[in-house]
Amino acid sequence: MTNSPYFPVLVLLAAGVGFAIAPLALAWIWAWKFSPRKPGPSKNAIYECGLESAGDAWIQFHPGYYLYAIIFLVFDIEAVFLLPFAVAFAGLTFAAGMAMLVFLLLLVEGLVWAYQKQVLVWS
Amino acid sequence: MDEHLKTELRKQGIVATTLQELYNWGRKNSLWPLNFGLACCAIEMIAASMARYDMARFGAEVFRPSPRQADLMIVAGTVTKKMAPQVVRLYNQMAEPKYVISMGACAISGGPFKQGYNVLKGIDRYIPVDVYIPGCPPRPEALIDALMTLQKLIDKQSLTGADRPRHLQAEAPSEFIVPRFGAHDLEPPQNPEVWDAPLVNISLAGTDDAGKH
Ligand code: SF4
Repeated sequence: MTNSPYFPVLVLLAAGVGFAIAPLALAWIWAWKFSPRKPGPSKNAIYECGLESAGDAWIQFHPGYYLYAIIFLVFDIEAVFLLPFAVAFAGLTFAAGMAMLVFLLLLVEGLVWAYQKQVLVWS
Repeated sequence: MDEHLKTELRKQGIVATTLQELYNWGRKNSLWPLNFGLACCAIEMIAASMARYDMARFGAEVFRPSPRQADLMIVAGTVTKKMAPQVVRLYNQMAEPKYVISMGACAISGGPFKQGYNVLKGIDRYIPVDVYIPGCPPRPEALIDALMTLQKLIDKQSLTGADRPRHLQAEAPSEFIVPRFGAHDLEPPQNPEVWDAPLVNISLAGTDDAGKH
C-alpha cells in the first residue's frame, strides 16, 4: 500500500480532515468541560441587528422585472441573429429561411404581447 | 506553580504554563469589538483603531459587524432611550465570554445630556460594565488604556473555583432584561440585578430631582 502513488494523497487527506476536525473537537470538549451553554431568546434570534424582526418573511414581491427581461430579449436577440442572417441571406436554403421566419414570428409574438399589455406606452 | 521557578525556567528557555494561563492569554489577545458607535465618542474609537493609534497591536482591531462574532462591546457615545433596547439586545446576542467598555461621560452617566429626558443615565443600568473610561470624549490613548485594563482583568480570571467568571458558571445569566418603551420612560428604568442605585447624600433633596431618574 505504501508503494502506491496515491499514498501521499491519502496521508494529506487524513491530515487535512484532522486539521479541520481537531479544533472543533477541542472546542467541543472545552465547552463540555468548562463553559456551560447559555442559549436564550435574544441569542437564538435570527436577526442580529439589535432590532426585533417584525412581520412575516413570506411576503409577495411584484415581479415587474420580467417585462423588461422579455422586451430586452425580443430586441436584443433579434438584433444578434438578424445581422448574420442578413449577411448570409444570399447563400441560405429555403428551409433555413423558413426556420428564421418562424424564429422571427416567435419574437414578434412577444412584441405583440408586450404591446397588448401596454408596456410600450410611455407615460 | 511558583512564580520564581517559572521565571528561572524561562531564562533557561523552558516555558511552563497552565491551561488557565493559555486560555486567558488567548482570550485577552483576541478581543474582537462589536462594530458600532453611538455618538461623538465613536470617532475616537475609530481613531484608536486606525494606523496612528493602531489597536491592532493588542489584537483588538477586528471590528465585527455581527454580535455573534464579537467579544467586546465598546459603548462609545450617548445612549438614548430609543437606542437602549437595541444596545442591550446586541449585548444579549453576543456569545460568552463577553465584556463591556463604557466609553465616555455619556455612556457612564449621560454626560452633558444627563438632564435630558431622552438620554439613558448610564448603560450600566442594564448591562454589566467591566471598564469605564471617563472623558468627553476620551482620547484614543484612554481607550487603549481601557483595553489594557480589560486584558489585565481577563488575565486574572480563574478557570475553576467559586470566583470563576460569569461565563463559566452555569447558573449565572448571559442575557439581561431588554427594556421596553413605556408611557414615560423605559420599563424597567434599570435592571436591579446589575445596577444598585448609588447611595448619595443630596442636601438639596426635595428641591432638586437631578439624579433620581
Ligand atoms: S461623552 Fe462627550 S464625546 Fe462622548 S458621546 Fe458624550 S458628548 Fe460625545
